[in-house]
Amino acid sequence: MKVLEARKIGELAAALSGAGWRVLLPIEDGNVVRLAPWSPGAAVRTDVVPVNSLKDALFPPSEAIGRFGLDGNDFTVKEAPVDSARTVALCVRACDTAALGLLDTIFNWDFPDAFYNARRSAVTIVSLVCTSADEQCFCTSVGGRPDATVGADAVLRPAEAGAKLIFEPLTDKGRALVSAATALLADVADATVVADKPAEVPQLFDRPAVTKWLGANFDSPLWQDWSLACLGCGACAFACPTCHCFDIQDETTRSRCVRYRNWDACALSLFTQHAGGHNPRADQAARRRQRLMHKLSYIPERFALVGCVGCGRCERACPAGLGIVEICQAIEEIQKVPAR
Amino acid sequence: MIENIYQPTVMRIAASRDETPDVRTLRLEFSQDRTRQEFFAAYRVGQFGLYGVPGAGESVFCVASPPTRQEFIECTFRRVGRVTSALQDREVGQTVTFRGPYGTHFPIDSWRGRNLLFVAGGIALPPLRSVIWNILDRRDEFGRIAIVYGARTVADLVYKHELAEWAARPDVQLVTTVDPGGQTPDWTGKIGFVPTVLKELAPCRDNCVALVCGPPIMIKFSLPVLTELGFTPDNIYTTLENRMKCGVGKCGRCNVGSLYVCKDGPVFTVRQVLAMPQADL
Repeated sequence: MKVLEARKIGELAAALSGAGWRVLLPIEDGNVVRLAPWSPGAAVRTDVVPVNSLKDALFPPSEAIGRFGLDGNDFTVKEAPVDSARTVALCVRACDTAALGLLDTIFNWDFPDAFYNARRSAVTIVSLVCTSADEQCFCTSVGGRPDATVGADAVLRPAEAGAKLIFEPLTDKGRALVSAATALLADVADATVVADKPAEVPQLFDRPAVTKWLGANFDSPLWQDWSLACLGCGACAFACPTCHCFDIQDETTRSRCVRYRNWDACALSLFTQHAGGHNPRADQAARRRQRLMHKLSYIPERFALVGCVGCGRCERACPAGLGIVEICQAIEEIQKVPAR
Repeated sequence: MIENIYQPTVMRIAASRDETPDVRTLRLEFSQDRTRQEFFAAYRVGQFGLYGVPGAGESVFCVASPPTRQEFIECTFRRVGRVTSALQDREVGQTVTFRGPYGTHFPIDSWRGRNLLFVAGGIALPPLRSVIWNILDRRDEFGRIAIVYGARTVADLVYKHELAEWAARPDVQLVTTVDPGGQTPDWTGKIGFVPTVLKELAPCRDNCVALVCGPPIMIKFSLPVLTELGFTPDNIYTTLENRMKCGVGKCGRCNVGSLYVCKDGPVFTVRQVLAMPQADL
């Protein structure tokens, strides 16, 4: 088995960077830890869930999807290049890789998205088993596990109380990293280093039961109650590893136009606003309902996937402390009340 | 290397016609014959496209011309925002962008031999106009054709020259109406709301398919009339016009329940529409 000294994660990043990879790692920046491009001297922090998810690396907050040359009233359509730089994302949480199932599906059904796919095929994902979880973590409630490896090319398992990381390649992409980091990955006899116990993440609600209730309760008056504290800021969507809604906006100078797609959020009041004035989701209750319904009812119905991976970022990011768990638990409580 | 699904094609404005003070029809020609052929190989009536001006953006409208006329496409739209203003500000000879066709179509091939009833209000005639011309260009294949079209005022009726053409045809029954107070001294059509006129007219109830497009209030009050006339939710069709950005099932904006209007629509039967979460429409 291959073992890396945990304190040498920066050296691993340096080795991979030297071998031509763009390296992403959870890096402390000010008061937050973000999954961000590594550069020498970066403060790597693997002890907390980064505020952003792997989604940012595949579907960035803003990206050019069109380019035009402008000349008075004339224009020419130009190519918009894709980003296919070879990238390795290190210490990615299991919840983030779980989210790729949905993103891969959305960006490929019928119409494959060149921008997403270029980044997706160029990325090697090395996940990190979670040995601790905070109060917002609930992956086990939505089908995940802190040590799940689905979607990962290699996995790092903490050992000896986090002092060491067992490196276990899972795919050819994962194995390709080994040769670039031979000096850092010590070969030791199997079972001489034992992985630490994964985090215990309690299951907080019965997801299929919640999905069933949602399917029958679009018109519940509870949506009003559940949305009263929502500020409609969209922070939940921007932090979410599966939220993928976007806006398209043009930016122009006299001689050129760049068409960007920018993250958008169903929490925002203009999201569905028609030019003629009609807004299908006219109040915050309708918008908050859409968020919950989309993740836990519509996506299961449409794609046989779950639209939430239980990373807890929405609750951590919400200025009002709202999350998905409290609603799901409330739904479970409702169902425990015998029908009259 | 896969193609960029967001990259539009360039269309030249071949003609422009003002339908009302703020509604205009643009006739667009493909800049390359290959692109034109590809479009018409795919296009079925009822589908939509994204029309744009670089710098302003893109907007979704139906393709208002039928697949039976393959030299050009037409779109008819009201000036309401940034993109529609930019499109209307383009002159004949200048270019705009286009992506499409996208979405579902009216299953007109399954309607051969049947009678057809078109019910439209205001700016919602364009998505039915393409069907009407498609049917008229294949007139022998279909039964009787009745069209009920209303607008708030005479000035708000679109395609006035085509309404005259349809009215003159012996094989089309056309009834136009304007809301009470919207008539002019020389108005010869009906005065009244579309559902009321529809009820009075009670057109072709047998072996008939209805297509209804209009403001939500018109649809709401027309459906009970159609039910009275013997139509079932399976043989009434409509189109939904949700806000969209991508048109290809990615941006998440047009979702109604688990459906994507851009992929599962825009053409739906009324049965499908009634099964949607009504408050999200």
